[in-house]
Amino acid sequence: MADRPVPVVEKRLMDVKLGELGSWLGGRDFTPNGIISAVRRGHDRYYNKYINVKKGGIGGVAMLLVGYVALSYLWEYDHIKHDRWRKYH
Amino acid sequence: MTLSFFDQFMSPTYLGIPLMALALTLPWILYPTPSARWLNNRFLALQGWFINRFTQQLLLPLSLGGHKWAALLTSLMIFLITLNMLGLLPYTFTPTTQLSLNLGLAVPLWLATVLIGMRNQPTHALGHLLPEGTPGPLIPVLIIIETISLFIRPLALGVRLTANLTAGHLLIQLIATAAFVLLPLMPMVAILTSTVLVLLTLLEVAVAMIQAYVFVLLLSLYLQENV
Repeated sequence: MADRPVPVVEKRLMDVKLGELGSWLGGRDFTPNGIISAVRRGHDRYYNKYINVKKGGIGGVAMLLVGYVALSYLWEYDHIKHDRWRKYH
Repeated sequence: MTLSFFDQFMSPTYLGIPLMALALTLPWILYPTPSARWLNNRFLALQGWFINRFTQQLLLPLSLGGHKWAALLTSLMIFLITLNMLGLLPYTFTPTTQLSLNLGLAVPLWLATVLIGMRNQPTHALGHLLPEGTPGPLIPVLIIIETISLFIRPLALGVRLTANLTAGHLLIQLIATAAFVLLPLMPMVAILTSTVLVLLTLLEVAVAMIQAYVFVLLLSLYLQENV
């Protein structure tokens, strides 16, 4: 508990306290370069955890595809809700 | 609000971003690049095997000039096959059902093969307009017919892909609706319809792969004529 104090912005999200969330978000890099490097880091984390392993199975790709299906559903929800509400097709 | 079965082909927009953008970038994310290691993971091994086999198969009839197109043809094939197969997942959008995209792929590539032929060996390229051994009087008519067939090639390439995929998706939706509606009324008929639906889905998987292959194959043949 007596480590050197770390600036709020450099902490990982799970270590940020709820009260510090605002200043953490404000200090993050939202330039195009920053966003691209964030996407790159996220991709590398996922890839190295699930796909780039010695005995990788179908799980890594399957999770990605299920996420894609869920995202597509969310994208099309405005259109699909009419199908559910309609009495006669 | 009239809902028709063609609504699945409208490109939906969310927060101003069309779903087409997500659907078109997904193939680029799904295929990782090999690292400098000698032994990569299983996924990359499978990917490398497939790309090797396919390129070898595709370049078989092509002469040396056509080998320059290997990277383009293979990447086109992988792109199309991924787009088609991803479109079979529920709620996803298939960009290849849009005629604009298919014509946008077909016309420039076909035009490139024609221009390459005209530029490098114009006599040989023009010679394709008249098959060998035609009887004399038929020659003028045949040249016109061959020219028309030449110009119809990009249209055929684009429309073939669009029509096959659109028809497949439409059939799946129709039969699925029929099975769903019949379930409370006549369960036995609904089970039969579901069987048809399963078979149709298998067919669609095959069609997805075959159509991508046919597109690239024909393009390579046009290239072979002209190179």
